[in-house]
Amino acid sequence: MSGGLAPAIAFDRITKRFGAVVANDGVSCEISPGSIHGIIGENGAGKSTLMSILYGFYQADAGEIRLDGQAVRIHSSADAIRLGIGMVHQHFVLVEPFTVLENLALGHEGGLMLQPGLDRARAEARRIEAAYGLAVDLDAKVEDLAVGARQRVEILKALYRGARILILDEPTGVLTPDEAQQLFQILRRLKSEGKTVLLITHKLKEIMAATDRVTVMRAGRVVGDVATSGTTEADLAERMVGRKLAPLPDRVPVAPAAPILRAEGLSVIDAGGVERVRGIDLDLRPGEIVGIAGVSGNGQSELMAALAGLTPLAAGRLVWAGVPVPAEDTAMALRRLGLGHIPEDRHKNGMIGAFEAWETSVLGYHRDVGHGQGAWLRPGFIRALTRQRMVDYDVRPRDERLRTAAFSGGNQQKLICAREMARGPKVLLVGQPTRGVDVGAIEQIHARLRALKAAGTAILLVSVELDEILALADRILVMVDGRFTGELDRSEATERALGLLMAGVRDEAA
Amino acid sequence: MRRDLPMLVDYVLIPALNLLLAFLVGAIVLALIGVSPVAALGTLLDGAFGSLDGLGYTLYYATTFIFTGLAVAIPYQAGLFNIGGEGQAMLGGLGVTLVCQAMGGYSLWLVLPLAIVAAVTFGAAWAAVPAILQVKRGSHIVITTIMFNFLAAAFMTYLLIDALRAPGDPSPETGAFPASTALPYAHEWAARLGLAMEESPLNLSFLVALAAAFLVWLFIRRSLLGYEIRATGLNPSAATYAAIPVGRVTVLAVCLGGACAGLVGINEVMGVLHRLVLGFTAGAGIVGIAVALMGRNHPFGIVLAAILFGALYQGGAELAFDYPQVTRDIIVVMDGLVILFCGALENMLRVPVTRAWARWRTVPA
Repeated sequence: MSGGLAPAIAFDRITKRFGAVVANDGVSCEISPGSIHGIIGENGAGKSTLMSILYGFYQADAGEIRLDGQAVRIHSSADAIRLGIGMVHQHFVLVEPFTVLENLALGHEGGLMLQPGLDRARAEARRIEAAYGLAVDLDAKVEDLAVGARQRVEILKALYRGARILILDEPTGVLTPDEAQQLFQILRRLKSEGKTVLLITHKLKEIMAATDRVTVMRAGRVVGDVATSGTTEADLAERMVGRKLAPLPDRVPVAPAAPILRAEGLSVIDAGGVERVRGIDLDLRPGEIVGIAGVSGNGQSELMAALAGLTPLAAGRLVWAGVPVPAEDTAMALRRLGLGHIPEDRHKNGMIGAFEAWETSVLGYHRDVGHGQGAWLRPGFIRALTRQRMVDYDVRPRDERLRTAAFSGGNQQKLICAREMARGPKVLLVGQPTRGVDVGAIEQIHARLRALKAAGTAILLVSVELDEILALADRILVMVDGRFTGELDRSEATERALGLLMAGVRDEAA
Repeated sequence: MRRDLPMLVDYVLIPALNLLLAFLVGAIVLALIGVSPVAALGTLLDGAFGSLDGLGYTLYYATTFIFTGLAVAIPYQAGLFNIGGEGQAMLGGLGVTLVCQAMGGYSLWLVLPLAIVAAVTFGAAWAAVPAILQVKRGSHIVITTIMFNFLAAAFMTYLLIDALRAPGDPSPETGAFPASTALPYAHEWAARLGLAMEESPLNLSFLVALAAAFLVWLFIRRSLLGYEIRATGLNPSAATYAAIPVGRVTVLAVCLGGACAGLVGINEVMGVLHRLVLGFTAGAGIVGIAVALMGRNHPFGIVLAAILFGALYQGGAELAFDYPQVTRDIIVVMDGLVILFCGALENMLRVPVTRAWARWRTVPA
C-alpha cells in the first residue's frame, strides 16, 4: 500500500459463519483511498457476505474493520452511511412513482414542510452532478427512467448522503454495453475526486477495464490480491475457480431435421395494450441452439413466455412436431410434451424462495410420474433425487432442506438448470442463463447446454450477453422492437455485425 | 427445514412471551378495577382447567375455534385472507340441519358422515362465490367474504323465520332434531368409564376437529394440491411458470377453508343445540382469524391457539361469575389484549428474540 496514507478500508481477519457454513474465513484485505478496487469470486465465495458486513447487514463473528486506520463497529446500514459508506444495490431501492429529487430527499426531508427540504436537496444534487459529471433529470419520475439512469440515481443518492466509499454490487448486470461504459467513466471521475470505489463483479473484462487493484476470493478466503495492471483475465479466472478453465470444445454441426417446436405468426399484446411480439415465425430443430440477441426489452421476454405457453397469444399458434398445441392450458400441455424452461428472472419465476430446495427442485414437474403417488408428493424420493442433482450440478451447500432463498444466486441457478435439464427435455427455452453467475458456473452451464444439444434437444437461448450467444448458438436471430431484424449463421456472425443489427442498422451488417 | 430460530423458540417461546405481555397488561386493567390479578388468574385457570367439566367447556369452545381457525389458515396458504368463516359456518349449520331433520332413526354412524359431507359442502359452496369473484373479476376477497357474512346472516334470518321455524314456535329456530342424531357427549362417555364428570357441551366433534387439523396438515404439506396451493401463495408468478392452474388452485383453497368453517355446524348444531338457532355461530368465525394468526396458520398451532382461546372463554365466564366488577366488557378487553399481542403484534418480539438468540448462541461457540 502507498506509504504513510492509511487504507480507506482495511478488513482484518474477518470471519463470519452461518451455521456450519463459513462464509468468510479470516478475510484480510486493504483498499487504498482514491482507488477503484475490484472484488471477484465465484458464487458463494463470500464477496456479498463481506460487503454485507461492511454495510452493517451482518456482524462479523471475528475480526475488525478499519476505516482510515480507525477501528469501527458497524451495526446497521445507518452506521455505515454515517461513516461515509454508500451502497448501490444490484436491485435498485428507489420509490418508482417519486421523482429523482423526491427519492434523494427521502429520509432527509427536514422539518414539517416538504418544499424547503426539496430545495436544499436540489441545490446539493446540482453541486454533486457538476462535481462528478453525473447527468440525471432531477424532476423525472424514476419509473420513467432507463435502467442506466436509475443506477446513476442510486449513485447520486449515495453521494448525497455523504459517501466517501462507494460499493457497487454487480452494477453492470442490467446495463447495455454502452451504459456500462458510461458507468465506468463516472467511476473514474469519482476516483479522480478522491472517492474510493469497491466494485463487486463476476465480469473479468470489467475488472480489467475499470479497477486499479483486485482481490480474488474463493470459498470464503482471499486467494489473490494483485494490481490489475500486473494480471490477466485468464490468470484471474484460474485463481477464482482454483483450476485451469477448459478450452471451448469444437462446435458440433447441426444435422438437418424437421422442427420440433414451430411458432407461426406469434403476436403478444401486453397488459398495457402494446404489441410486444409482432408476428414472429420461428423453428426450433433437434440438436440446434438458436440464439436470440438484442438489447433487453425488445420483446424477447414476451416471446419466451409465449413459447412456453404462459401468455395468451394475440395471434398465431404453436405447433409441436406437426400438431397444433391446444390454446387452453398451453403451459401444462407443453410441459407434458417435453418443454423445459429456464426463466430469465429466476427470483420471480424460477423458484419459490420460501420453499426448501427439494420442493423447488420439482417445481413444474411435481405431477410427473415418480415425484408423486396418486394425490401425494413423495418427499423421501424427491429429497434423494435433489441430493443427487446437487452433486451432479455442484450445488452448494449440499443441503436439500435449506430454503431456496438461502442459496447464492449461482447455486439457485444451478438448481433450476438441474431441474429443467435433468429430465431430458425435447425443447429447452433458456433465458439469460448466466445472469449474475460466476465464471465456473457459466462454464458448467454452457457445457450442459452443449451436451443437451448433442443429445438432440432443440434449444432457444435468449441472452443480452453477446459473448454467450456467440459461444453457443448455431443460428442467431436479432430481435428489435418485437420483430426479427436479422438472421445470421454462426459462421458469419461477429460482435460488430450483431451490434449493428441490434441497433437497427440493417444494410451495413448484411 | 433449517431456520434462523429453532422450532422451540419460534413456536413456543415467542407465543408464550406474547401471551405473558397480554396477561401483564390485562393484570394492570384488573388492578385498576380493584381485582387482584393473581387471584383472577387463579380463577381463570381453575375455571378453564381445574375440573373435568371446566375442561369440557374449554375444549368445546376450542372445537369450534379449530374449525374457524383452519378456515382462515388454508386460504392463507394460497395468499388469501378469508374473513368469511362466520357466514360459511352458518351455511354449514344449515347443511347439518337438513341432514339431521331428514335422517331421524338411522344409526348415528351413518348420519354423522352425511352431516359432515353436508356441512363441508355447504360451507365450501358459500366460500366458492367470493373465491371465484376474486379469481375472475379481482373483487377483493376480504371485502366480499365480509359481505357474504352479512348475506348469510340475512339468509338464515329469512330461513328461520319463514321456512324452517317450527310451527307455533315464537323464536327463530327449528324444532329439535330426532334424538338419534345427537352426538355423544364427553360426560356420557366419562360416566361409562366410571369417571365423575359433570355435564359440559364437549362432544364427539372435538375428535372430528383434531382429525380435521391433522388432515389439513397432511394435505398442505404432503399432497400435490397442497404443494400447488403453497406455491401459489408464496409466488404466484412462479406457480404460473410451473403450469399450475393458479386460479383453480386459489378457488380450491378458499373452498377448503369454507368447508372447515362449515364443520362448526357439527359441533354447535348437531353436538349441542340439536336444532338450528339463529346466530348460533356467535362470532366464532371472527375469533378464528385471531386463532389462525396466533397459531401461525399451522394446523397444530391452531389447535393450541384454539385451546387457549377456549380457556379464555371458559375461564373468563368463571371470572365474570366470581367478580361483580368483571363485566362482559372486561372479558372482551382481555380477549382483545390476547388478540392484540398474539395476533396483531405477533412479530413485535421476533426481532429482539432473534438477536438475543444469535448472540446467546455465538458466545459459547
